[in-house]
Amino acid sequence: MLRYTLQRLLLMIPTLIGVAVLVFFMLRIVPGDVVEVKLRGDGGSVSQEVIDMERKRLGLDKPILAQFGDWMVGLATLDLGKSMWTDRPVTEEIAIRLELSLQVAIMATIFAVLIAIPLGTTSALMRGTWVDYAVRIITIGGLSIPSFWFGMLIMMFLLGFYNWLPPITFTPLYVDPVANLTQLVWPAMAVGYRYCAVVARMIRSSLLEVLNEDYIRTARAKGVFEKVVISRHALRNALLPAITVIGIEFAFLIGGLVVTEQVFNLNGIGKLFVQSVSRNDFTLIQGMVMLIAVFYVVINLVVDLLYAVFDPRIRYSS
Amino acid sequence: MKPSFLGFLGAFAFTFAGAIAPADAQQPKRGGTLQFAISAETPHYDCHGSDTFATLHFAGPFYSTLLRFNLSKFPEVEGDLAQSWTVAPDLMTYTFKLHSGVKFHDGTPLTSTDIKATYDRLRNPTQGVVSTRKATFADIGTIETPDPLTVVFKMKAVNAAMLEHFASPWNCIYSAKDLAADPNGPKTKINGTGPFIFVEHVKGSHVSGKRNDNYFKKGLPYLDGFKGVFTLQAAAMLNAIQGGQLLGEFRGISPAERDRLVQAMGDKIRIEESSWTLNLLVAFNVEKKPFDDVRVRKALLLAIDRWGGSQGLSRISTLRAVGGVIRPGSPYATPEAELVKLPGFSKDIKASREEARRLLREAGVPNLSLTLHNRNLAMPYTPAGIFLVDQWRQIGVTVDHKQYDTAPYLATMNAGNHDVAIDFSNLFMDDSSLGLAKYLSLDRAPENRSRSKDPQLDALYDQHLRERDVEKRKALIRAFEKRLFEQAYQQPLLWWHRIVPTHKVVMGWKMSPSHNLGTDLAEVWLNQ
Repeated sequence: MLRYTLQRLLLMIPTLIGVAVLVFFMLRIVPGDVVEVKLRGDGGSVSQEVIDMERKRLGLDKPILAQFGDWMVGLATLDLGKSMWTDRPVTEEIAIRLELSLQVAIMATIFAVLIAIPLGTTSALMRGTWVDYAVRIITIGGLSIPSFWFGMLIMMFLLGFYNWLPPITFTPLYVDPVANLTQLVWPAMAVGYRYCAVVARMIRSSLLEVLNEDYIRTARAKGVFEKVVISRHALRNALLPAITVIGIEFAFLIGGLVVTEQVFNLNGIGKLFVQSVSRNDFTLIQGMVMLIAVFYVVINLVVDLLYAVFDPRIRYSS
Repeated sequence: MKPSFLGFLGAFAFTFAGAIAPADAQQPKRGGTLQFAISAETPHYDCHGSDTFATLHFAGPFYSTLLRFNLSKFPEVEGDLAQSWTVAPDLMTYTFKLHSGVKFHDGTPLTSTDIKATYDRLRNPTQGVVSTRKATFADIGTIETPDPLTVVFKMKAVNAAMLEHFASPWNCIYSAKDLAADPNGPKTKINGTGPFIFVEHVKGSHVSGKRNDNYFKKGLPYLDGFKGVFTLQAAAMLNAIQGGQLLGEFRGISPAERDRLVQAMGDKIRIEESSWTLNLLVAFNVEKKPFDDVRVRKALLLAIDRWGGSQGLSRISTLRAVGGVIRPGSPYATPEAELVKLPGFSKDIKASREEARRLLREAGVPNLSLTLHNRNLAMPYTPAGIFLVDQWRQIGVTVDHKQYDTAPYLATMNAGNHDVAIDFSNLFMDDSSLGLAKYLSLDRAPENRSRSKDPQLDALYDQHLRERDVEKRKALIRAFEKRLFEQAYQQPLLWWHRIVPTHKVVMGWKMSPSHNLGTDLAEVWLNQ
């Protein structure tokens, strides 16, 4: 297992280099740069001399290959550079938002998993009954309703019925847990509903498949209690594809909550991503793409390792 | 002592269209924290190197300026750090006497040296410092500081609008000591003499400030502090205002957003409205065929029914007033009776479109197709673009309307790759020295999106800049406007309309035609 893990970790390097090359050159295809947006985006009458000076300061006047070299050297030394918009280190800009995004992702995952497992299991076990239909309606609703729209409904409901809204600025969990949870429970619910629907449907379908397997029939024939058959033999195997979905969804939540963050005015990674793209803040976009790529490859690895935990037949060392 | 044309300017007050005046007659109360929305986040704190309102709404409460606009008598100027001032009759010397006892937030006293250091930075920034107002102050020859409370500006050339430029909100006064230590320090550190002291800036979230108890204007500010929350999404901002988490937004909202707040909040919300020192304009790239032909450009302007469009667009967007190169209703604006005689402003749209079709036929492009280059912002760029597509369709022109994010939008225009563009003009005051600058030849005004080169316009501009007589100056502006519209390089489409919502408990805030003015919050108080 250790050797497998090390191999996978080494394989991350070419993957991340590929991402770094792609993001760098794709960004340069789009015309325009951050200097124009910063100095002329609000209609300012700024001389070309000032524009050129700022471009030089940010290194945008260098040949593309020289800029690429700087970027790769920076990556190799774990220096993501400074945001071209704020002049602050990219790591600092990301770190401020990452805490919030991670917390929303974790809360949404907990919310989704806690609801999806019983929901998906019940639906599979009671296939064809009104309970199954009810669960399927709920989950199809979750897949069909965009998270941001559900978020807007939540906000309208809170405002319309209670004339109350969650706090508009972020308070870290360790500073004031009540204020923190009061703010983040709503977006976690909004994105957790869709997340829960995806996982519940996956559990239902894979459980239905597993329940028809020979080893389940064998277990039942041996007189194993139905509860044990379901929990130890069926559900454990049915969870494998669900784990993959949970992992991918979690990674998505780190940078993918663009609109939901705006609905709740959350200062997260998704909002920062949109802002940096609209400003052509190359270094910040590159830094965030790398961060999300790292999240994806690490979570993929964790998911693969979890497979071995849930399915004893999987032994990576062999 | 002010030059004569200032008295003329002062005689005009800007118009509030349907404004509801705040009940400022009440005795102000001290205390409370004003929590308000800022719909964009500043990239840095340096007023000198910025052109976005986001910097002023963020940093305005922390800084003072030498002069400022009196928003009760706009566009009159009044002293801020300057207790009094004199202007030499030849407009070549400006002498300012500063208030005594003014201190920066770090406790060091303000002297004339700080004013000199600030203006030296504005007009002649050292290597690595960005001053977007370098050209504005190019006419300043020397700055002298005969004593700690006197500063004298000696000009190289007359600039009739210089006093207004001294009142620009972007001229935040910095400490000479701070600038000597780090010329780029103001980008990341705040040390002003304003009514509030900087507390924190949580990136992406908010900025907050607390009362400056040593503020040089005794008794001010009234508030204990403020918190400006960055709300980039309009729906989130409206929800927060409706829910009472935010007490206002001081840039401006759309008519639909105003209606939603009024409907939901009834008499708890105050809506103030004014014409706005912003406009959208149509710019034809004269370097591209067939827009190098004045007949084609003129035909396209003639086809636009601004008066009808104003009625429709003002219901769904922030666009409203019909005007020339100067904001309608302001001192130097062209009166409607004269405006309707200029190409593109006639109220007889049928005759105008007939003439437009004739001009297109004459130019050999009766079935013209063009690409309209526009910005990808819903308000008000998208409705303006759709409006133009429809207007030009009515004279047989086919339009491909393309909208882009800000960076490619600007880059395409800078490179001159557009046919026709919807451009914008954002001014902080009405003075023509700013308003006309955008239309100068490309080598003098890189923001000229028509890419025209017209020495006649340049000469008229220079002449008007040095002209002290109000009537002669007005005549020069009219001549400039006539030439610009006859040549049809570019033309304002419509001027924006500013709508500001505040909770009724917010008192003392003053409406103006520019969202860049009145940002210091010194006189704002909460009636609760």
